[in-house]
Amino acid sequence: MREITYAEAVREAMCEEMRRDENVFFMGEDIGAYNGAFGVSEGMIEEFGAARVRETPISETAFVGAGVGAALMGMRPIVELMFSDFISVCLDQIINQAAKLRFMFGGTVSVPMVLRAAAGGGTGAAAQHSQSLESLYTNVPGLKVVVPSTPYDAKGLLKSAIRDNNTVIFLEQKKLYRIKGETPEEEYLIPLGLADVKTEGDDVTLISYGRTVQMCLDAADNLISEGVSAEVLDIRSLVPLDTSSVVKSVLKTGRAVIVHESVEFSGFGAEIAARIADSEAFFSLKAPIKRVGAYYCPIPFSPELEKSVFPTRARIEAAVRETMKTLHEE
Amino acid sequence: MEDLSRLLNDKPFLESIMERLMLARKFEDEVFSLFKRGRLHGTTHLCVGEEATGVGSIFALKPQDCVLSTHRGHGQALAKGIPVDVMMAEMLGKESGSNRGRGGSMHISDPSINAFGVGGVIGASCPIACGIALSFKLRGENDRVAVVFFGDGSSNEGAVHEAMNLAAAWSLPVLFICTDNGYGMSTPLAKAVNDVDLTKRGYPFGIMSTEVDGNDVLAVYRTVRAARARVTGEGKPAFIVEHTYRTSGHSKSDRNLYRTEAEISDWQSNNPVARFTRVMLENGFSESDIDAIDARTSREIAEALAYAESCPEPAATPRELEAEAYCDPADNGECQCVR
Repeated sequence: MREITYAEAVREAMCEEMRRDENVFFMGEDIGAYNGAFGVSEGMIEEFGAARVRETPISETAFVGAGVGAALMGMRPIVELMFSDFISVCLDQIINQAAKLRFMFGGTVSVPMVLRAAAGGGTGAAAQHSQSLESLYTNVPGLKVVVPSTPYDAKGLLKSAIRDNNTVIFLEQKKLYRIKGETPEEEYLIPLGLADVKTEGDDVTLISYGRTVQMCLDAADNLISEGVSAEVLDIRSLVPLDTSSVVKSVLKTGRAVIVHESVEFSGFGAEIAARIADSEAFFSLKAPIKRVGAYYCPIPFSPELEKSVFPTRARIEAAVRETMKTLHEE
Repeated sequence: MEDLSRLLNDKPFLESIMERLMLARKFEDEVFSLFKRGRLHGTTHLCVGEEATGVGSIFALKPQDCVLSTHRGHGQALAKGIPVDVMMAEMLGKESGSNRGRGGSMHISDPSINAFGVGGVIGASCPIACGIALSFKLRGENDRVAVVFFGDGSSNEGAVHEAMNLAAAWSLPVLFICTDNGYGMSTPLAKAVNDVDLTKRGYPFGIMSTEVDGNDVLAVYRTVRAARARVTGEGKPAFIVEHTYRTSGHSKSDRNLYRTEAEISDWQSNNPVARFTRVMLENGFSESDIDAIDARTSREIAEALAYAESCPEPAATPRELEAEAYCDPADNGECQCVR
């Protein structure tokens, strides 16, 4: 199958949907001649013109709010935030407007907007350009939250997000933009809210999303030599969350290690852990649920320091060994 | 600008304006009375004294124009045409309310008539108005305007400035209307800004700005009508500052500790309903004509209240409310939320 990059997959999804539906348009900073800060929108202004590929002033509240207003009128804006960290300057439009208007207005409107943002670290961009803030949005009813880990998922999920009638926060992984993966040329959609079993296993379930999915797969590979069979589950969308796939896997393996790049404390892993503990899978647990996330500090600049705060394959493996150890001691 | 003498000769027009002014006033009086008697839940922001800004402005628009109101937006909602009984039912949190009891005083809306809500976060509607106007522009709907109200207090919100810049940079048909009632809650404008001339806020963005006596309903009407024509004609935003005064408190908790009785009573005598009554009496209406409108609107309010009180409370379960936050719960499995 053809291989394309994660950035190309995002672009293809946008272009296909813009060709398919004239209500879809794209707004963001420097998405024209510059092609966006990460090169995602290369060629788009040439194909669709400046009216549908709208370069905005550096004014996130204005253009995210404009996305909300256009969506209220039945347009389907794709709004790009250059860095997901900048959501802090326009959060009112997301938390108090996009997420709530439908409910507050008694169901008479919808806000079919996709807010794409480059998230995550590992690029030496330091504390204000490296965060994974998904837990901010998952705690706000009315939003959907998607974090794709492969080019294939990025394309299929983004197309679904654009067609979705709700506001979807689509968190692209900066560090993944250049990775390549098999992506069919023919059209396909991936529904929001379906987890993906990346590899099957019997002893432990590694539950992850975004950039750390590949680390989990690498760890699972490595653990085979220690006789540990790990199942890797990519939840892909945090809201809606495919709880049943998580529960089903943990029922089988009896162990769970949750891995994400965002800060571990009060991170989304806590919700997944609680969902497991709250389900019939609780009775099949052979070891405490473990989490591996970033340490509780701002992301440092120095490459060595930056690496030290994020999850690594070694930390994931250590967490798995912890859960296995509990069994041996029984 | 619209010829004043022509307006003064249009008796049905004058009568319909008076009817809306009185409805707005009586709606607020009734709401206040219900609050005092402990019969309303939550809080509310009354627009007593500011009726001419909402009524005069919205009468100058076309039905296809989208209106985004302030948190003090009952008068604006009534002027846009949300029925009184449906508004009263919303005040009482009933299923038959404009927002099915999900929004209340601060969010009354009816998108089917382009009333995009009373907004609870001040200034936040301005960027949304830009997006609505952008949809008009992208679809070539040239005789449509997005009209957004905000207060003198909101005029210092970044969202307002960002929206003005975007509307000007993109030539969007947005009409910004600042209802300057002199106070942001309790803070007088002069304490909040260095220069109280808010029309200047449009200048740096190249937005045509003007001001008007907001208690003179016909002056408001004529100013907004002219501005609307400019917005649609030139495809550019415009900005109007309407000077008025809120004789009611900021909300039900207001004890008027920040202003004097004398100041309030001065403005009461200058209130838009009394002023427009004088205009009508000078232009062919009799006292009994006015009394008839007064009686009719009082009856309408009483009937709206009786209707609202007779309506059932909403019966949605928490599970159903969770689903309501999302569209199309059938799309992707069961409830779109976390389950």
